[in-house]
Amino acid sequence: MIGGLFIYNHKGEVLISRVYRDDIGRNAVDAFRVNVIHARQQVRSPVTNIARTSFFHVKRSNIWLAAVTKQNVNAAMVFEFLYKMCDVMTAYFGKISEENIKNNFVLIYELLDEILDFGYPQNSETGALKTFITQQGIKGQPQTKEEQSQITSQVTGQIGWRREGIKYRRNELFLDVLESVNLLMSPQGQVLSAHVSGRVVMKSYLSGMPECKFGMNDKIVIDKQGKGGTTDEPGKSELGGSGKQSIAIDDCTFHQCVRLSKFDSERSISFIPPDGEYELMRYRTTKDIILPFRVIPLVREVGRTKLEVKVVIKSNFKPSLLAQKIEVRIPTPLNTSGVQVICMKGKAKYKASENAIVWKIKRMAGMKESQISAEIELLPTNDKKKWARPPISMNFEVPFAPSGLKVRYLKVFESKLNYSDHDVIKWVRYIGRSGIYETRC
Amino acid sequence: MEWASQLCENRGLGSKMTDSKYFTTTKKGEIFELKAELNSDKKEKKKEAVKKVIASMTVGKDVSALFPDVVNCMQTDNLELKKLVYLYLMNYAKSQPDMAIMAVNTFVKDCEDLNPLIRALAVRTMGCIRVDKITEYLCEPLRKCLKDEDPYVRKTAAVCVAKLHDINAQLVEDQGFLDTLKDLISDSNPMVVANAVAALSEIAESHPNSNLLDLNPQTINKLLTALNECTEWGQIFILDCLASYLPRDDRESQSICERVTPRLSHANSAVVLSAVKVLMKFMEMLPKDLDYYGTLLKKLAPPLVTLLSAEPELQYVALRNINLIVQKRPEILKHEMKVFFVKYNDPIYVKLEKLDIMIRLASQANIAQVLAELKEYATEVDVDFVRKAVRAIGRCAIKVEQSAERCVSTLLDLIQTKVNYVVQEAIVVIKDIFRKYPNKYESVIATLCENLDSLDEPEARAAMIWIVGEYAERIDNADELLESFLEGFHDESTQVQLQLLTAIVKLFLKKPTETQELVQQVLSLATQDSDNPDLRDRGYIYWRLLSTDPVAAKEVVLAEKPLISEETDLIEPTLLEELICHIGTLASVYHKPPSAFVEGSRGVQHKRLPPRTGSGESTETPDVGQSGPSEAPPAVIPSQGDLLGDLLNLDLAPPTATVPSVQPSMQMGAMDLLGGGLDSLLGGDIGGSPSMGAGLGAAPAAMPASLGSAPAVGGGLGDLFDLGGGVGMPTGSYVAPKTVWLLAMKAKGLEISGTFARRGGIIQMDLSLTNKAMSVMTDFAIQFNRNSFGLAPAGPLQVLTPLSPNQTIDVSLPLSTSGPVMKMEPLNNLQVAVKNNIDVFYFSCQYPLSLLFVEDGKMDRQVFLATWKDIPNDNEAQFQIKDIHLNSDVASNKLQGSNIFTIAKRTVEGQDMLYQSVKLTNGIWVLAEMRIQTGNPNYTLSIKCRAPEVCPFVYQCYELVLKN
Repeated sequence: MIGGLFIYNHKGEVLISRVYRDDIGRNAVDAFRVNVIHARQQVRSPVTNIARTSFFHVKRSNIWLAAVTKQNVNAAMVFEFLYKMCDVMTAYFGKISEENIKNNFVLIYELLDEILDFGYPQNSETGALKTFITQQGIKGQPQTKEEQSQITSQVTGQIGWRREGIKYRRNELFLDVLESVNLLMSPQGQVLSAHVSGRVVMKSYLSGMPECKFGMNDKIVIDKQGKGGTTDEPGKSELGGSGKQSIAIDDCTFHQCVRLSKFDSERSISFIPPDGEYELMRYRTTKDIILPFRVIPLVREVGRTKLEVKVVIKSNFKPSLLAQKIEVRIPTPLNTSGVQVICMKGKAKYKASENAIVWKIKRMAGMKESQISAEIELLPTNDKKKWARPPISMNFEVPFAPSGLKVRYLKVFESKLNYSDHDVIKWVRYIGRSGIYETRC
Repeated sequence: MEWASQLCENRGLGSKMTDSKYFTTTKKGEIFELKAELNSDKKEKKKEAVKKVIASMTVGKDVSALFPDVVNCMQTDNLELKKLVYLYLMNYAKSQPDMAIMAVNTFVKDCEDLNPLIRALAVRTMGCIRVDKITEYLCEPLRKCLKDEDPYVRKTAAVCVAKLHDINAQLVEDQGFLDTLKDLISDSNPMVVANAVAALSEIAESHPNSNLLDLNPQTINKLLTALNECTEWGQIFILDCLASYLPRDDRESQSICERVTPRLSHANSAVVLSAVKVLMKFMEMLPKDLDYYGTLLKKLAPPLVTLLSAEPELQYVALRNINLIVQKRPEILKHEMKVFFVKYNDPIYVKLEKLDIMIRLASQANIAQVLAELKEYATEVDVDFVRKAVRAIGRCAIKVEQSAERCVSTLLDLIQTKVNYVVQEAIVVIKDIFRKYPNKYESVIATLCENLDSLDEPEARAAMIWIVGEYAERIDNADELLESFLEGFHDESTQVQLQLLTAIVKLFLKKPTETQELVQQVLSLATQDSDNPDLRDRGYIYWRLLSTDPVAAKEVVLAEKPLISEETDLIEPTLLEELICHIGTLASVYHKPPSAFVEGSRGVQHKRLPPRTGSGESTETPDVGQSGPSEAPPAVIPSQGDLLGDLLNLDLAPPTATVPSVQPSMQMGAMDLLGGGLDSLLGGDIGGSPSMGAGLGAAPAAMPASLGSAPAVGGGLGDLFDLGGGVGMPTGSYVAPKTVWLLAMKAKGLEISGTFARRGGIIQMDLSLTNKAMSVMTDFAIQFNRNSFGLAPAGPLQVLTPLSPNQTIDVSLPLSTSGPVMKMEPLNNLQVAVKNNIDVFYFSCQYPLSLLFVEDGKMDRQVFLATWKDIPNDNEAQFQIKDIHLNSDVASNKLQGSNIFTIAKRTVEGQDMLYQSVKLTNGIWVLAEMRIQTGNPNYTLSIKCRAPEVCPFVYQCYELVLKN
């Protein structure tokens, strides 16, 4: 298991060092600094073996977190734990920075003592941790026996992510369907790969221990119901793109609150949610994706010292919807000496430091088209190496889910308390963002 | 220390501490100040002081001198302060054992506290204090805490047992903590179960045969129930533990799989990977014709793909594992090529891994897409990545024949870019393509020749020279080209020198008239001006070959080369099996067995996949025990470092205690038969394989003995065995008389006869050299071709005096088994080259397999039983040994002399059954059962082995030994 955990600043000075196992010595702290942080070349692997000791590291801004071991540990678990550690720290004191870590080092040691025992990760849900590890020192002393056992049963219990006795005057929940649509397109407009990775993020402000059931237009569920004869009213296509009723989900993963065996057998998503914000599920689709934009590049080399670039973008969704924060990034060769740009809409600028022309459009409605043309002057070089022509990338945000996913319902049941599903105020929002949205040129 | 002060400043505490001068004082003063503060009456001040001590400790300052003062702060009702003091204690108790004892009382008291959080804290901390005296005091409180009413305390106590075991294993056993821990598996609280499982698994690792986990269907059921309820981490512990269970039959295996599959949808990637591990392992047991088997295969793909949308570090772990899974079960991801396409922003370690998997998944169906991608990658910036992409194009050409032409033209395009390292890499792979498809793409040679000058890496130069030599007749100015290399001959690396020598000799044999001068020049450079023995030897051999018999020289040097194989970087099957059992762990990331990087006993156990028990297929695969795509027996496949191995920059020396490894350090140019590959026989490196030099030397993969983890078998069967009268003294191994191996008429007067012997663990080749010619023979040397068991001369052939006409010399040549390995037909065939001042001669002989039976081949009875059962019946071979008039004791004595060990004897109805084991030098075990019926001169011999092809040869040995 994990033998020790170190946190370093960008200079390699150790900020936190906690050793869990006898086989990890103080020299391990230095070994990582010397061999990884101070290494000359770029990091070639997140796992490094130095003198039979393995180091796992992740970086958050300029802070290094490293877990050390001499055993054959579960590597996936170690990384998941490091990410979790980051989440917990963020939940406690915000951004992970040198200053925050120094200011909270006692808290961090306390957390590390709690969530890692002899190198074995323990309950690391912030909801539970915050009941007994607080920044103001433990409120431990005046606690009653009931309170104490409530804490311990929550930390070790089946529903470790939620505490009993939560009360809200207004029961409310927010569902955000956040999708990132990824595309790699050939210069000829052929889709090389496209997929949507989506997340359903829920913010719940619900009293008691509510039992929730979440439904979406999952093809498997809809087809099953269709066969049973009890079809829900056909979902009207309110959103952009095609009006398809159901979508094929390639794969999905759930927050630990979701009963996986139930999903496996009935494909129904039921759970008792954590309080506040959390990620209910992640999913991935590859079929029938609505690609919100099409990029048509045209690059022409005029002699050795000039390039002509023309890029057309076309929006491909319902005209009533508006895409925002559109940005097209057109890479330019390293030996660019000057650029002249003309664009129909928005603003375009050549950014020498980024080796790219950046074209920004604030808003664009569906089924529209816009164009940019640029003349790039090049310095003559004797460099034989050809320009690699990185792909043209795009950023945007659209108010629909490019996968076609729709939330059908989210039902809330709380038998003990006095509120029903109808009393819960529910909000649903769809945001589609560009992931890696590239067109080769 | 500085930031400890900042901390105080930030919180506006301690006016004295904010004084900046304070920090410029010497260390001594600093400690002194802290001491005063620690003993202050004010609680807040005390606490701040402890915080400062902890801060100093973190940055590596020695604050152990404050031990008594800090421990004094321990008795407090402030939990935060208490935790800080505990933290300090854990760090320094070991260096101050006598003072640490001061803390015991508080610990014991805290273990009785009303607050469960404090009880747990005390037991958690005590376990981290590695002082013997404290450990003694820990037992009673721990016992109580293991049965505490509060689950939080119990789950902490469970881990504490593992801590205690790490300090003093005997104590844990004596105190009966292991039983209490086992009871916790049935605890009502899922987290207690999970921690108990984690602790037990860890303890079990250091007691390989203890049967500590005692997994049976009931406990498995409990674990599966807890699996649904515990934290994500607990699920990982439980799944990892489940993976070590061996279901009794395919039905149990299926029912576990069914209950594990829901985990594939967990948000935590480690849970998913551990579930994949369980499924991959248990799937082995399912009959392939079962519907469920297909369903399971389909269910595995999506979660694996989803892992690729995780954070990059996890993607890396996932990709390394997918690399294994794709080798083991290519069908799972064969349609998912696209997800492995490299993204522009992927970190380099993700890019390189994806590339590796892309090549593995490349097939006729997707090759066009793959090639388009690879071409794209070859224009990136990262040199390693580009090189690998170019190499990958070559590998595609070799793997998918239909694509070869497109690959070659892509490579030509890349050569046109004139980017130095791209050109060099392309030339290296084109050479491999030539070897795979001879006489097909030679039209590109002209383009290659244009780039001769830009090649500055030895590998590329050697490849180019090989091409020029090989196709000398089609290149008009081949002589000029080679001559140009010759100018700086002595500055070249050995690889290039050797290649140049061979190439010029080839050229000479093809165009003798105009290149005589050139060949003489290179021969003299190689033999007279070089001090490299390999080069000189090769030079001399060519020289003599050319001067004595140019026709033979032509036959040898220009012989047809065998084609190179398609996949050269596959992980050797037994290692792959072991790594599959380690999915998700570091071993799967390094692609090395845990014994290669873990010290001590932990994890050294070799894990294996369970044998298939399904009734649906009994004859489908003869090598069910090995399973997977093992086209050749495990022991004779030369494994090779993964292309990436060296990129990991591992510092993994091969462990000293591993089983003798049989792999050669590198696989040179595919198969080299003696007739054609003179060069390779003599230590050269002509030819090449697609992966030649790619990641060589990086992976000291040890051959797993694969028996270490055989499950212990209950005692019930043990008493069947009865050694009876025991075994007497060994009588020494049998040595066959010498036979003539090389006839004088075929070897210009040299006659060689010989035999093999194993004496005191040393393998020897006894030779008699007779000179039947008219002239004196000198300068004897011997070489072996690669062979099935890596036999190689351990020293030079010691013929000290010249061999006069009609004289015979007897020499004994010690052999080692660390030479390069290649499977021979028949298995025990050995091809030998002997040279003397006259010529080089070749012959082949066969050695008795008993040569390779090692002295420690006596298997433990239990292990024997388990292994016997474990080896599928298809691997069993039966033989009759006729006309033996020995009783069983004499027979077993005789056999023991040749390291065939009788482990047990049983008499049933006048029939003696002898159970015997043999271990080969490469770690292969052979198990045998010999039935001797009184009065019947015919023995029945049943042999079982994981590599069934050795069975007939073992039988031969039995016959030889028993009949002589």
